[in-house]
Amino acid sequence: MRAEAVEAMMPYLSELYANPSGSHRFARRARQAVDEARDTVARVVGCHPNEVVFTGCGTESDNMAIAGAISRRGGVAVCPAVEHHAVLHVVEHLDGHSTGGLASGGRGLVVGVDAFGRVDLGELAATLDATPDVTIVSVMAVNNEVGTITDIAEVARVVRRHAPDALLHTDAVQSACWLDLRDITPHVDLLSLSAHKFGGPKGVGVLVERGGPKVDALLVGGGQERERRSGTHNTAGIVAAAVALDLTDRERVDENLRVVALRDQLVDGLRDRLDGITETVPREYKVAGSAHVCITGIESEALLFLLDEADVCASAASACASGAMEPSHVLAAMGVDRSMALGALRLTLGQTTTAADIERAVDVIGAAVDQLRRHHHPTPAVADVSAPTTLDPIASAS
Amino acid sequence: MKVMCAMSGGVDSSVAALLLRQAGHDVVGVTMKLWGGDSDTGCCSVSDVDDARRVAQQLGIDHLVFNFGDDFDEHVVAPYIDAHTRGVTPNPCIECNRSVKFARLAERADLLGFDAVATGHHANIGRSADGRHTLERGSDAAKDQSYVVHMLDQAQLARTMFPVGGMQKADLRALAASIDLRTATKPDSQDVCFITSTGGRIAFLGDRIPFSSGTVVDTDGTRLGEVESVELVTVGQRKGIGLPGGGPKRYVLDVDTASATVTVGSHADLLRDELIVDRMSWVDGPVDGSVLVQCSAHGRALPATISTVEEADSIVVRWHEPQRRIAPGQSVVAYDPTNTRALGGGICR
Repeated sequence: MRAEAVEAMMPYLSELYANPSGSHRFARRARQAVDEARDTVARVVGCHPNEVVFTGCGTESDNMAIAGAISRRGGVAVCPAVEHHAVLHVVEHLDGHSTGGLASGGRGLVVGVDAFGRVDLGELAATLDATPDVTIVSVMAVNNEVGTITDIAEVARVVRRHAPDALLHTDAVQSACWLDLRDITPHVDLLSLSAHKFGGPKGVGVLVERGGPKVDALLVGGGQERERRSGTHNTAGIVAAAVALDLTDRERVDENLRVVALRDQLVDGLRDRLDGITETVPREYKVAGSAHVCITGIESEALLFLLDEADVCASAASACASGAMEPSHVLAAMGVDRSMALGALRLTLGQTTTAADIERAVDVIGAAVDQLRRHHHPTPAVADVSAPTTLDPIASAS
Repeated sequence: MKVMCAMSGGVDSSVAALLLRQAGHDVVGVTMKLWGGDSDTGCCSVSDVDDARRVAQQLGIDHLVFNFGDDFDEHVVAPYIDAHTRGVTPNPCIECNRSVKFARLAERADLLGFDAVATGHHANIGRSADGRHTLERGSDAAKDQSYVVHMLDQAQLARTMFPVGGMQKADLRALAASIDLRTATKPDSQDVCFITSTGGRIAFLGDRIPFSSGTVVDTDGTRLGEVESVELVTVGQRKGIGLPGGGPKRYVLDVDTASATVTVGSHADLLRDELIVDRMSWVDGPVDGSVLVQCSAHGRALPATISTVEEADSIVVRWHEPQRRIAPGQSVVAYDPTNTRALGGGICR
């Protein structure tokens, strides 16, 4: 978390602890802090303050957009196959797949993407043409796994032409550090953010709902957030989120330049150091903070252990509830071969990343991949002894 | 030593990790995610992973989850389904040990620089006078699991540890309770992890293969009745084969899924003098002669003479007293005449 955000939230955890919905003077001070935070968010996002709904996380914002739209109007929700699970699982649930969705009474349709992970606009148009009752289309602005940027203005043109009555939602959770949200917001009806992605605290999300209520609320009760999201305000979190978003916005142009150089140094360093490195998505299609490569001859689950031992924090795809790495639905949708996807490595750079970090990461990753490849490509004599197939009588007999 | 301890979230592997830690080893706990479908008794439900992680945290060791779901599907679940279509009765827990725990996980451990893999199995690894590794029964006779780890060879035993093999289960639970491990009173898992208690084997297989009705005949071919699904019938079975009560006791002598025929007969018809065991693995090389042979996880080991078949990984087991026919697909494990050391095992033909 950004130090400025930590500092900003502290008073609201102590002397200004009052509930902003109260009527006494301390409550009014807390209320003012939430209102000011809302103004800040609106300014950075490019919307009216009354269009900003503070939620509990990005997932809640995504869920509210999709499930809330279907709850309000029924019909069909459409998204590409590379969406974050916070969108995809809601849409799949409507389609009878996946569990745990909130919405019912509608349908879900998942459309394909190109090799870089961008929604296939032709397929999207055809789907919208063939489906008269599309209620909401949800397309992420930046993919969380591979960092691909989707031109939301272009998506909006297709949606407005082929499904004029449909709402357009974008999960912009991964965008705030790298893109000017003011360029995205005018094209959509709904936009999701999550504070911890831009140096704010975990547990604060934003749903921008342009032009008045478009979807049903997920949480009802005390009527907070103009009845869009009931539940006592997380005052400290909201204040800190706004501080972090404001700083991120001010530094964004310079940070993009700084981080893109580091990212290139990282990926070039890995390519120089190791054979069999594939950049999953060409850099010109990605945000600065994302480095995603597929490494042949290794399994990322094993690589991550060695990196963790050496204090390099990375990931591969997304973890399931048990903590196990699941094969990436993003890479599968992009048509990346499963054996290739097994060696996926996802490295994220940000505000705290330094050139020294990059040098160390290249060294550590290089050494770890060497170690894993030594074992994976033993001399033939050793391979005969250790071949696991000899331990598998039933499979080899069948 | 640097030891990777497989932690299922049960009490045995929790205490295994504890004992390794107490012995001063550098321990990392690993829970394998093997099965993504319905499960209620298995070792990869989220709550079991939670238990394993909390125990690891309490012991101050790192805990990881490895996803070996593809390997489990390929080497355990698919062969299990396939075996039933052939009228064969497999032991998936043994195949999991053979192909996942002591192959895939052990290989991963080796790759990551670990010296050994430990599990919570009740079995012991000893050393003979000439320095060879022995695989011995667990010290708690009622909990002994040497049968399900019989496939380990010298190279594997050299890199395997069974920290709780020397303990009585009651002492093990008391030890877990004494330091408030959250798994101290957790019930032992009993069944195949990917089969739910509500649906059972029938629901699991019914979702994956078509069942074919079969004809029940006696030994001279006389038709006696019908069974709904010949794939679910096992040699030795006495109930649920569609015969009216009151008659003589009938046992399944043979299942032929190709012709959908179940042959039944008397207990005497079921008795055999010998059986053939294929795909043998040996703890320390092939053995011939008088041994004790065990044909189920908690069955009695019975006297027999085994002889290896030339140029095959098969043996002939000649019972000293006739025994009921063993269902094809079951694991058959030979022990030394003192009934303490496993010698090797394979799959009943």
